[in-house]
Amino acid sequence: MEVISFLADGILLALEPVNFALIIIGVTVGLFIGAMPGLGSVNGVAILLPITFLVPPNSAIIFLAAIYYGAMYGGAISSVTLGIPGASTAVATTFDGRPLALQGRASLALVTAALASFVGGTVANVLFTLFAPVLASTALSFGPPEIFALMLLAFATFVGLGGDDIPKTVFSICLGLVLAAVGFDTISGEPRLVLFEIDGFMRGIGFIVLAIGVYGIGEMLWTIEQTRGEVTTTNPKMTVKGMASDAKEAMQRGWKGTWIGSLIGFFVGILPAAGATPGSLMSYGVAKMLSKTPEEYGNGSPDGVAAPEAANNSASTGSMLPMLTLGIPGSPTTAILLGGMVIWGLTPGPRLFLDETEFVWGLIGSFYISNIAALVINLAFIPLFVWMLRMPFTILAPLIFVLSIIGGFAASRSMHDLWLIVIFGMAAFFLRKFDYPLAPAVLAIVLGPIAEPTLRQSLLLSSGDPMIFFNRPIAGPITIIAIILILLPGIKLLRRKRAMAKN
Amino acid sequence: MKLTKRLFLALAASTTIATLPIAAFADGWQPKRPIDFTIMAGAGGGADQIARFIQSVVEANGLTNRPLIPTNRGGGSGAESLLHLKDARDPDHTLLVTLNSFYTTPIRQEALGVDIETFTPIIMMGVDPFVLWVHKDSGIATFEEFVAKVKEMDGEFVMGGTGTGQEDSIVIAYMSGAYDLKVKYIPYDGGGAVAKDLAGKQIMATVNNPSEAKGFYEAGDFVPLLAFSDERMEAYPDVPTLKEKGHDFSYYNQRAIVGAPGMSDEAAAYYREVFGKVYDSEKWQGYLVSESLSPLIMDEAETRAYWSRQVQNHRQLLSEMSN
Repeated sequence: MEVISFLADGILLALEPVNFALIIIGVTVGLFIGAMPGLGSVNGVAILLPITFLVPPNSAIIFLAAIYYGAMYGGAISSVTLGIPGASTAVATTFDGRPLALQGRASLALVTAALASFVGGTVANVLFTLFAPVLASTALSFGPPEIFALMLLAFATFVGLGGDDIPKTVFSICLGLVLAAVGFDTISGEPRLVLFEIDGFMRGIGFIVLAIGVYGIGEMLWTIEQTRGEVTTTNPKMTVKGMASDAKEAMQRGWKGTWIGSLIGFFVGILPAAGATPGSLMSYGVAKMLSKTPEEYGNGSPDGVAAPEAANNSASTGSMLPMLTLGIPGSPTTAILLGGMVIWGLTPGPRLFLDETEFVWGLIGSFYISNIAALVINLAFIPLFVWMLRMPFTILAPLIFVLSIIGGFAASRSMHDLWLIVIFGMAAFFLRKFDYPLAPAVLAIVLGPIAEPTLRQSLLLSSGDPMIFFNRPIAGPITIIAIILILLPGIKLLRRKRAMAKN
Repeated sequence: MKLTKRLFLALAASTTIATLPIAAFADGWQPKRPIDFTIMAGAGGGADQIARFIQSVVEANGLTNRPLIPTNRGGGSGAESLLHLKDARDPDHTLLVTLNSFYTTPIRQEALGVDIETFTPIIMMGVDPFVLWVHKDSGIATFEEFVAKVKEMDGEFVMGGTGTGQEDSIVIAYMSGAYDLKVKYIPYDGGGAVAKDLAGKQIMATVNNPSEAKGFYEAGDFVPLLAFSDERMEAYPDVPTLKEKGHDFSYYNQRAIVGAPGMSDEAAAYYREVFGKVYDSEKWQGYLVSESLSPLIMDEAETRAYWSRQVQNHRQLLSEMSN
């Protein structure tokens, strides 16, 4: 097997002292960057890119990939402990990670996240190693109609997310879509919805801004109002024995989500334009749909933590695939890595895999090593993160506020975004008081900017004929499944009403 | 420690001595704080790649005493970064890495009130030509075959490019006008996405920059048909230019660094020297060759004249497009 010998060489290269040291540093740096609300792998990789000029390309990309890996693990940490997604890829992790933390089971959530990430990364690595060239051509067969169908499916898997109040869920999705439309429209080339003529809206409203506002500020206001300051903090104890039993529980109660996440994450991740965020959201939705106990989701289900976490790690490896085999970025982070390759004097493209075997396989080998390093380092830091939760709320609340503001500013360096965070935080508080679900709005602002242009591109391709979503071999089945899923809750509701009317 | 007069004097003297050598070596102006290095596009695009390349050369050689802080401000097709520069509070420490939306965005969005001719020229790092590409499976091998094919399909031929009013759409609009072609134009977010969909045969032709299409060209997937450069390109000697075909049109994406309006002459001179060193570096010269960028060296006055020509050209091209 040729692949095995290439891989062995790659792993040996990754284990060279310099590279191994860079992996350890990269994973640790990535873990903390990912854990910081607002900052994600994109920021980490972009900031550290110039430094890699000082080492050979092999070591440079291994270092940056290690940061990427670490950040994917780290995103879960603030999702669980602070309730703010550390990056868009970790939004779905808050849905169940946060309730677990509030029940005093933060360590279970973090251990589940770490183990699921590890399995997700490993599954993706193996698939990558064995099938990279075949999968690359699959990625190319996804044009605008296919990507839109996939986004429709992602929305469909989430229809149930907002609970039973369908009108409020729909309102929340629409609100998110409107916010996502603010800014500049590439298709017509015109500015659009620049609210109150404020220039800051030209850039549009980023996911980070909404997420920090809703989950950081909004959640904090909510907690203060609910408890009137008399917060009983959870008092989780951390022992090695406790972690071992958490690990056991994570494996028992999170395995299903882990597998679903690993597979869905990888396949969505390899599609350029989709990437890790839709992958992790879809995995959560599908895991909930296939679960025998869907009512546990949202109230602290380990499966609900495992699915998105396995998916975002699996997807980040997956998004390296179009980068290495085609020279096309599968995610914003890989776009910067591609820029790095040009700086190091390599030509990204279909020839890279053949011409630069040592570079490519060294990187693939490093995935395996980084994944193990990230698991070990992450587990070692869990007590520290859990300890943070033991701080009294009077200290934790200002800390969350400060972290939210710093994270929000660091990502874009703009005061405009900070004001938006505060406004969204207050709006989220009131919406929550009136029982509006907010997760669908966050989902919409993540998926909207992918769904809208692909919808319009598809309709331009077909001169306005919507049949383009049905008569293409890949888009067709996906669209039909999505439509069935969207109609399902309505049909269920009708049946229930009829049954009630009979009684 | 008591701060006596003698101690104060000693401290003052030692500070002066400590800073003397630096002051003596640098002739004149030096940045006093980190330099705002605004990028007119999102992370990962062509302008971003170039900005980070330049930053890495500056850092590796220690060319500035304060770091360059790259920030992506691509919103509103570059409007965000133009406003950021126009309203810069500290023009001496504010730079912009541009592409052609530097010209087109102020024309298309007059409400911005941005006049790029007030900006401070620093350096032109190179210009990026455009090339017409098709997929090898299309069977099209020459520009004439391409024209025949597009006419035969009568409006059903699909081309992809960047957003409406941006570089790709201008090039395609000119070509279509000159040869009376009807194409379906699909706008994308960036050149990478365009190249990917040509590779996947979702679209039938593009006008990608060589740097975006090079990987697929080398793998034999893409066929270059026509260059929109002034002369034939070294990397593609067999590809004719539109000029050879008898149309006086060439189009390049500018890869320049520009200073905020009101930047002092001393600061501008400092940055010209720093980026001049980057330009002359082996790394950048290698980059120009590998990415098929053409050099276009101009001094300040020439750059200003070039800007006002470009603004006029773009005004005309955009008005022809909307007709």
